[in-house]
Amino acid sequence: MNNAADRHDLQELYREVILHHARTPRNFRCPENATHTAEGINPMCGDKLRLYLVIDANERVVDAGFEGSGCAISMASASMLTEAVRNLSVVEADACFSTMTRRLNQALPGCETPAALKLPGLQALDGVRAHPSRIKCATLAWHALHAALEHSQTVATSE
Amino acid sequence: MIQAPAASTADISCCRSDFPTLQQQVNAHPLAYLDSAASAQQPTAVIDAVARYQSEDHANVHRGVHTLSHRATELYEAARVKLCQLVNAASQAEIILTSGTTESINLVAQSYCRPMLQAGDQILITWLEHHSNIVPWQLVCEQTGAELIVAPVNDRGELELDEFRAMLTERVKLLAIGHVSNALGTINPLREIISAAKKLGIVVLVDGAQGVPHMDVDVQALGCDFYAFSGHKMYGPTGTGVLWGRESLLAAMPPYQGGGDMILEVHFDSTVFNELPYKFEAGTPNISGIIGLGAAVDYLQSIGMQNIYEHEQSLHAYLVSKLNAIAGLRLIGTARNQASVQSFMLDDIHPHDLGTILDHQGVAVRTGHHCAMPVMQHFGVPGTTRASLGLYNTVDDVDQLIRALEKARRVFA
Repeated sequence: MNNAADRHDLQELYREVILHHARTPRNFRCPENATHTAEGINPMCGDKLRLYLVIDANERVVDAGFEGSGCAISMASASMLTEAVRNLSVVEADACFSTMTRRLNQALPGCETPAALKLPGLQALDGVRAHPSRIKCATLAWHALHAALEHSQTVATSE
Repeated sequence: MIQAPAASTADISCCRSDFPTLQQQVNAHPLAYLDSAASAQQPTAVIDAVARYQSEDHANVHRGVHTLSHRATELYEAARVKLCQLVNAASQAEIILTSGTTESINLVAQSYCRPMLQAGDQILITWLEHHSNIVPWQLVCEQTGAELIVAPVNDRGELELDEFRAMLTERVKLLAIGHVSNALGTINPLREIISAAKKLGIVVLVDGAQGVPHMDVDVQALGCDFYAFSGHKMYGPTGTGVLWGRESLLAAMPPYQGGGDMILEVHFDSTVFNELPYKFEAGTPNISGIIGLGAAVDYLQSIGMQNIYEHEQSLHAYLVSKLNAIAGLRLIGTARNQASVQSFMLDDIHPHDLGTILDHQGVAVRTGHHCAMPVMQHFGVPGTTRASLGLYNTVDDVDQLIRALEKARRVFA
């Protein structure tokens, strides 16, 4: 790999939108009326977050928030998640978990079309595919989402 | 302008060429391997000793009458002699060969502590310990009703000696303490500490995983009772390690595991255990690994532990001076007596993000909690970036790290 490709690769991973979400995470809070919550921890990394969802009587996610600490990739992913799942049905939100974990683990880019699943801005996370050791950072929040929707009592992890 | 350390009597930079893994480019940069505290690279002498054994001498040890079994046993036992001399043990009977420091410590927890501890007894450790010098004691405390107590450290990452002394009472039945902190590099004043414990008759285990690779270790001069260390931190193969223990203590302890090699006679109603050290070596051991570890001891002694210590100290001083010149960099661990292990934080960049950026520049460092979560909590950080220097590192490696850190600041600017 030459130095130009090296720079390109790093810029792919740390795109401005990721750094922006990591520095100023959206919905970094616990909604007072949260109905669902789950913790996600990657013990080897130390990345740790708690995800909160407010799900109304129509089985729709009306609010989402999170708290925690971790690397830029994990925090940005959680921040984007809270924006992406709002106004989705529970079924649609859970589909996001499987889509995102599959997509981020995929070697071939472009095999899924995020627009069709209404996950705006999340394409930026695709940069982790070139960094196998960092994929788990990007998927942690999504594992917590799945656990929260299932009312799982166990701590979610992507390690 | 910070000057690179001048060549001295401890100039061992030519040793770098003994390590094949270091002769490569990673992400289009020369590999600057600064993660020896996690696992050190192996010199050709070790790699060749293992390959020679595997291709010419392999058989099980202590069993067959045939030629290869004899050769394998000779090589295996020769490694024990070398390890015995390396740490100045009183006899080879005191050198238990294990899979690593973790197994060595668990052996002491289960075979020494478990039969002896009673409810109300205490085991004393420190905030600096690696998880492998915490969790085995927690387990044996749960099994016996004993209590684990923890001596504090100051903001430099040094043990608070006054508070430590106050915690040393007759309730303490075992003191388990690291020789060198893997996360912060702190070298504990072991002689002083052990002497204080011994005045109360307290048995002392030293976790020497980070001690043996960096300096001369003399277990008799230290005055401890157990000293545990690993092969792969001292340029040997993974899956190898040593428990040194005083013969009088080892002789009185029940076996850790049952199996082949640790017995003299087996009947269904009784078993006669083998003599030391074999009583603690059940099953076929990691023969090739231990033979490689013997080669690592030869290699270290051919350079001289004092030369290694001086080289690493000089390079560590250079590293610290360069790190201190980077704006936004905070050293974690500034003990006055420190091995060549340096943790730090750069601005508010998470260590994992920093580790990825450094890897892009060919720089291998450890990031995270370093299996030492309590000490990370003490410093209020989720983890650190840690550069650890081995005998093969050079000023060029340090300079490459510094350039990569400057680049990281630009990425996150």
